[in-house]
Amino acid sequence: MLRRSTTLVAGLAAFAAWLSLGGPAEAQEVKSPTMDAIRARGQLACGIDTGIPGYAFQDASGNWQGLDVSLCRAIADALLGSADKVKYIGTTAKERFSVLASGEIDVLIRDSEYSFIRNTQLNLQEPAVNFFTAQTFMVRKSLNVAHLKDLNGATICLVTGTTLETNIADYNRANNIKINTLLFDRPEEAFAAADSGRCDGYTDDGGSVAAARSTMKKPDDWMFMPETIGGLEPLGPFTRSGDEAWTRFVKWVHYGMLEAEVLGLTKANIDDMKAKAGNDPDLRRFFGMEGDFGKLLGTDNGWSYRVVRDVGNYGEVYDAYFGSKGLGLPRGMNNLYNHGGLQTLPTWH
Amino acid sequence: MSDAAATAGRFIPPTARGQSAASRAIGWLRANLFNSWLNTVLTLVVLAIAALVLPPLFRWAVTHATISGTSKAACSGDGACWTFIRMRLPTFFFGRYPADQRWRVLAGGVVLAGFAWPVLRERTRHRWAFVLALLTLCPVLIGLLLVGGVAGLPYVDTSLWGGLMLDVIISFVTVAGSLPFGILLALGRRSALPVVRMLSVAFIELWRGVPLLTVLFMSAVMVPLFLPEGVTIDRLLRAMVALILFNSAYMAEVVRGGLQGVPVGQEEAAVSIGLSWWKVEAFIVLPQALRIVVPGIINTVVDLFKDTTLVTIIGLSDLLGAVEQALKDPAWLGFASEGYSFAALVFFVCCFAMSAYGRSFERRLARSG
Amino acid sequence: MVRRPSPRARAAQWLLLLAVGAAFWLLAGMAGANMDRRHTSFGFGFLLDGHANFDIPFHLVSWRVGDTYLWALVVCVLNTLLVSAMAIVAATLLGFLVGIMRLSSNWLVRNIALWFIELVRNTPILVQIIFWYVAVLSTLPSPRLSILLPGGALLNVRGLYLPRLIEAPRAVVLWPLALLLLIAMPFLWRATLRGRPVGARALLLAVLAVALFGGAVSGFDWPALHGFNITGGVQLPPELAALWAGLSIYGAAFIAEIVRAAILSVHKGQREAALSLGLRPRHVLSKIIVPQALRVMIPPLTSQYLNIIKSSSLGAAVAYPELFQIFAGTVLQQSAREVEVMILLMAVFLSISLAGSAFMNWYNRHVALVER
Repeated sequence: MLRRSTTLVAGLAAFAAWLSLGGPAEAQEVKSPTMDAIRARGQLACGIDTGIPGYAFQDASGNWQGLDVSLCRAIADALLGSADKVKYIGTTAKERFSVLASGEIDVLIRDSEYSFIRNTQLNLQEPAVNFFTAQTFMVRKSLNVAHLKDLNGATICLVTGTTLETNIADYNRANNIKINTLLFDRPEEAFAAADSGRCDGYTDDGGSVAAARSTMKKPDDWMFMPETIGGLEPLGPFTRSGDEAWTRFVKWVHYGMLEAEVLGLTKANIDDMKAKAGNDPDLRRFFGMEGDFGKLLGTDNGWSYRVVRDVGNYGEVYDAYFGSKGLGLPRGMNNLYNHGGLQTLPTWH
Repeated sequence: MSDAAATAGRFIPPTARGQSAASRAIGWLRANLFNSWLNTVLTLVVLAIAALVLPPLFRWAVTHATISGTSKAACSGDGACWTFIRMRLPTFFFGRYPADQRWRVLAGGVVLAGFAWPVLRERTRHRWAFVLALLTLCPVLIGLLLVGGVAGLPYVDTSLWGGLMLDVIISFVTVAGSLPFGILLALGRRSALPVVRMLSVAFIELWRGVPLLTVLFMSAVMVPLFLPEGVTIDRLLRAMVALILFNSAYMAEVVRGGLQGVPVGQEEAAVSIGLSWWKVEAFIVLPQALRIVVPGIINTVVDLFKDTTLVTIIGLSDLLGAVEQALKDPAWLGFASEGYSFAALVFFVCCFAMSAYGRSFERRLARSG
Repeated sequence: MVRRPSPRARAAQWLLLLAVGAAFWLLAGMAGANMDRRHTSFGFGFLLDGHANFDIPFHLVSWRVGDTYLWALVVCVLNTLLVSAMAIVAATLLGFLVGIMRLSSNWLVRNIALWFIELVRNTPILVQIIFWYVAVLSTLPSPRLSILLPGGALLNVRGLYLPRLIEAPRAVVLWPLALLLLIAMPFLWRATLRGRPVGARALLLAVLAVALFGGAVSGFDWPALHGFNITGGVQLPPELAALWAGLSIYGAAFIAEIVRAAILSVHKGQREAALSLGLRPRHVLSKIIVPQALRVMIPPLTSQYLNIIKSSSLGAAVAYPELFQIFAGTVLQQSAREVEVMILLMAVFLSISLAGSAFMNWYNRHVALVER
């Protein structure tokens, strides 16, 4: 399998190299209706959360910020040459997949979990995981509970239209206990209810719970439970089926940000590194000095350099919104594979 | 309480000329607050509640509040942090409309006011012509101004619109669309043609029977299903269309009330001189009916304006949405009370102004009729 | 109708019907094609086949995780009806009170009522419901510090816990009987027995009903702190309370204006005539003014009541498990059947509204007939 795909890539690369001799006119040999539509529009229509710290929120001047927003910006930068050519469309948990299926947005990057049903029944593609997490619980320290099972009889606040309530129902059934749920439509009221003591705890994916904790009056009164439920929860962008080239594009933009971290390229040093690339084959390939890693995706070869220059590598983005400069969540599972995390990437060949 | 209502006829104290101001004040108090033992008790109870509630509220909102500074650190007191509101004001009013283009929104407001003025003021000749211009020409002009892409104005996508501006635009477009549609439906409901009558009744009852929330949600989730592949309609436009359909049913009922208020003799007389149905309705019945229902229409507009907050449910960010966005900014967490109070205040000011105008129109109507 | 429509117009209306039918047919075809493209089908089978894998935290009838979606629908409709009914009663009482306050001779009372109405009518109901929720929650204590109310009820941030009656087996017979007596009471009140009106003596039936009801109670289940939460008793959750308060107060402001306008619409001469006949002011209000005002009030009251029912869908914002919240949220997400769920939601609300207005129309005719 591996060998075959390697051969295929090599073959494609050779084909593209052959094409590139023909000049820039053939640069966009990749056929993708979505990418054509984005180019024609001059903007990427990116579906994001209506607002949750960490993933997507507006700063004081109304600009969108966050991990998911950064991926939107990176994709736009790679395809259109500017990270600002994004049309952000806030989507609620209830409507998000309908909005994507209808074609109103090109890609949905909204802290959404990859799942069997979403891939099959909803017929959506799941190109790359930009945040590994699991359904986490946050409870008041004053409750003096050590484990999730001790929450039998407790009430947990959460936002509806997600997989969370299903996971809790499953957990209750498997352990023959009863964790009560209080389902909110929007996070603001759920946060307020948790903060006032209406619920004993709050649950969501790990990133969102960290966000919720940061909005509490006394964040230090709250602790995370050691256990998570529902297994690993990989969050990432969704695309519609039927446009492989576009799905591939989204996937490789994420990998580009990972590759930059692997290579030690940051927003700050990227220009230096480019100047000093010399004969380093990895750097030369990344900067598009060698190979046709842009044309194969359907853009120009400078895309990966641009993404790091304008948005940063994955680690930088994580740090800014979830890590030390953001919500203070340890990198954990989202570390690179060589640092004990789950973020892996295919070879850049 | 029942005694109080029974003697509700306003009792005006006989104020003698030459009385001192103090004795007049006492006379007023006695007549209006302490004229029976029940009223005395009521007055005292109300005053006690006010004494309990108002001082802490005043302390929080005014004396202990902060409005200076540029960061959360400025708000160290136990009062309200209006700094948060001040820093966020542009997004509350304009959403994410580009900062260097915001003059266009203000200009749009001026255009709207300019078109609305001759319609609203007391004495206007050919008011119907101005109403027509307000409902047709004005939305087009404002639309061109805000969307841009013409006459050197850069294009601004509707996904950048937000804040109070969005509430105003949605309300205005909805009124402009639902008023004519509602009039047609009201006429349809009175039609002698059974099919037209039935369709109108079904349409009106359908929209009046379901919550606006489901209608908006349907516009977001279901409408794309009814469009050919590859065709998408701007989500703001979809929400507006949903609101127009929904509101036209309410407008129709208001207008129907007015149509019933026009004496049948008017219509009979018009028919007897040989006018066609359209002419009878357009020149005889509607002008009289619409005049009666202006207060009702204004009430519907106020309701509509308040209901625009529900577009947050489908991911549009109106004033309430912008406030809730701001509440989630990690640099400014924990100012929910200030945010919601501000939103409530802005809505109150806008709606109160509209209702007050409606009431003054009602009085004008009562005087002239 | 003033005149008969021309034959041309009569022909044109059938064209209109045809056009509407064609539009529906086109849209349905388009939706079918789009659903094919998304690999989805259309059908309501999921209501019976699918199992609802979530909890509904507040339910009037039994609810277990894994029941069918159809049963979830029943549970949610009951929740919607419960909060609507509570809000309609409270809004009516409060609305009458404020409406009469508006006409008070006390300047302070009159103006407080005026400002209450203006403030409530001119702010969005969503903001008000959120306000009540946040305000209620932030003032109540934690379960450990519950406020003990007279009668063994507990009040804390989790809600109001009332003692629950434990019924004896004989309740199956006695409670419906008590209900029947209560229903019969107003009829008996108006009836005449041997030529004399029964009147207040009908209250005996109520006493009997209470006795029957009490006779079937075998004990009480008292609420008590146990673990994290209060167990036992009946819980009235703060979500319900906030939604109830929001809907009631918002509705009351509109009803107050209706009441005021209706009372003012009763001709002044009516009151003067009644007073000159020697009726007490209290009786003037209850016997002369209110019955006449009621007739004016009923149509606008109907639409207010229907508004309250429709606005109950805003309970989604404060986690009250009503129809919109559970179906447009969890069920839609779990079953991925957006079209069916939306059709279902609109159909249910539409039926409730139509049934409500049909009832009020019947009542209106009933009241209008009582010409004295």
